[in-house]
Amino acid sequence: MATRIDVSGLTAYYGNFKAVANVQFSIEPKNVTAFIGPSGCGKSTVLRTLNRMHEVLPGARVEGQVRMDGQDLYGAGVDPVNVRRNVGMVFQRPNPFPTMSIYENVIAGLKLNGTRKKALLDERVEQSLRGANLWEEVKDRLGRPGSGLSGGQQQRLCIARAIAVEPQVLLMDEPCSALDPISTLAIEDLIAQLKASYTIVIVTHNMQQASRVSDTTAFFTLDKTGDPGRLVEMDRTEKIFSNPTQKRTEDYITGRFG
Amino acid sequence: MSSESDGQGAGSPRGNGPPALKKPVSGSAHARVSPADLIFKNVTRAAGIGLLVLIAAIAAFLVIEATSALQANTGNFFTTTEWFPNASPPVFGIAALLFGTVLTAVIAMIIAVPVAVGIALFITVYAPRRLATPLAFIVDLLAAVPSVVFGLWGLIVLVPRMNGLQQWLTDYFGWIPLFSTDDGLVGRSIFVASIVLAIMILPIVAAISREIFLQVPNPHKEAALALGATRWEMIRTAVLPYGKPGVISASMLGLGRAMGETIAVALVLPASFNISWHILSPAGNTIAANVANGFSEANPIGRGALIASGLVLFIVTMLVNIMARAVIARRREFSGAT
Repeated sequence: MATRIDVSGLTAYYGNFKAVANVQFSIEPKNVTAFIGPSGCGKSTVLRTLNRMHEVLPGARVEGQVRMDGQDLYGAGVDPVNVRRNVGMVFQRPNPFPTMSIYENVIAGLKLNGTRKKALLDERVEQSLRGANLWEEVKDRLGRPGSGLSGGQQQRLCIARAIAVEPQVLLMDEPCSALDPISTLAIEDLIAQLKASYTIVIVTHNMQQASRVSDTTAFFTLDKTGDPGRLVEMDRTEKIFSNPTQKRTEDYITGRFG
Repeated sequence: MSSESDGQGAGSPRGNGPPALKKPVSGSAHARVSPADLIFKNVTRAAGIGLLVLIAAIAAFLVIEATSALQANTGNFFTTTEWFPNASPPVFGIAALLFGTVLTAVIAMIIAVPVAVGIALFITVYAPRRLATPLAFIVDLLAAVPSVVFGLWGLIVLVPRMNGLQQWLTDYFGWIPLFSTDDGLVGRSIFVASIVLAIMILPIVAAISREIFLQVPNPHKEAALALGATRWEMIRTAVLPYGKPGVISASMLGLGRAMGETIAVALVLPASFNISWHILSPAGNTIAANVANGFSEANPIGRGALIASGLVLFIVTMLVNIMARAVIARRREFSGAT
């Protein structure tokens, strides 16, 4: 199920503004990759190119290639809708659908895929909520609104919603930045479990988090405001945090910059 | 809450917060109320109370004015279909008028709401910005067109041109009683009046729905798209459910406007007092149109009768609004308003 990702010559624009330039990297299957870097360096933009969510914004476009198991997501005739069905995404702020119950939230993606069988849906709800470490907390109130949960529970509900469609890749855009430390820990534990099944890419501002959860870390930066962000260095996480090759990476992780 | 008003002042009641960050409360434990706050509070309170008094006064006026006419009435006010309040003895009833009012308004809403929601969705979701801005502007402008213009347009332009559509409806759907033309087919029918009403309420429903759909939080739309929703599936998953209470409110506002609409209906419909489901046939009148047609020639009893009909309209409009509130409140916790 897990997929390898190869990105080459990736440049992303917002209108005329070049947000990231010429990014190139590879991600191994069943690996957790963290994107770190200062604000505006384009790490979230790169993440959003991996499921073609970048182009949802008016005027935004992408050049270059993103291959998942060899297939270019930006190739001719590739439907972004199909890409997004195979690449799950979790956002910065928990965003369960407020009009839906917990149950309906989890099956939202499955319903888009046309799954209607009650038995299958029931099974998938339990499986996904268990996968998101939320089942025990909500199993007695699946019919209650998802927006009634705590922030950390809502974020795990969003993870359950994302994994319910059994994607090949899971993208997380600062999933813990709106959460308290205990909920953050719960999500980090969950990431460690999910890596057994999914290729995971996580954007984080928290370097401790990157060093805790990821196998590989990519450091992005930009020279000055208005310049495009660039990928400076990508390596095993232990190496990035102990002995980075680039001086700029070292400056950032030791707190001398950013 | 209670621990803050017991005079301990600056100390943190729980003990582990940083008390140094709080400014010590000087003097009394009660917050000082500034004159501006006081004035604002009383002005808003007066406005609120004033509104309730106004509604009560209108209701009282209607009841008082209507009573003598209702006492003189020799028919049953609720079941009589005739309307001869100026005759002696006067005989009149609300049945046909109320039927016509509700029927035209409901048909108008059935026609207008889907179109209005479609317009609003097109403007907010599908149209490129260059098109969306002028379109939204035009819709807002249309909402401000006086109803007499719609009425005249309906009478002069729409009525002579509707026979084709009405004939087609009765040819193919005549087996549905609604479209039967056993009593004949006319241009000035309930159906045509409903279309005029639908066009009248369309802009206001579309304008409000557009505002509602604009308020759908972007994260919800992105969540749907990231799950692999197409644009339409995104609308169905995130936009419509979130906007539903607002669209219901907008529809009820439109329904209220359609029921209360006077001139447009008075111009299109021939004033007749019978109850018929055959909406293509010459039949029907509405409360508001009847008031407009009859008020100037009415004697005191006749005026009282018209005011009584106005009271019925007042109550029905209120019931519709209460029902809409109830529909919205039923799923409040799923509304997204936290």
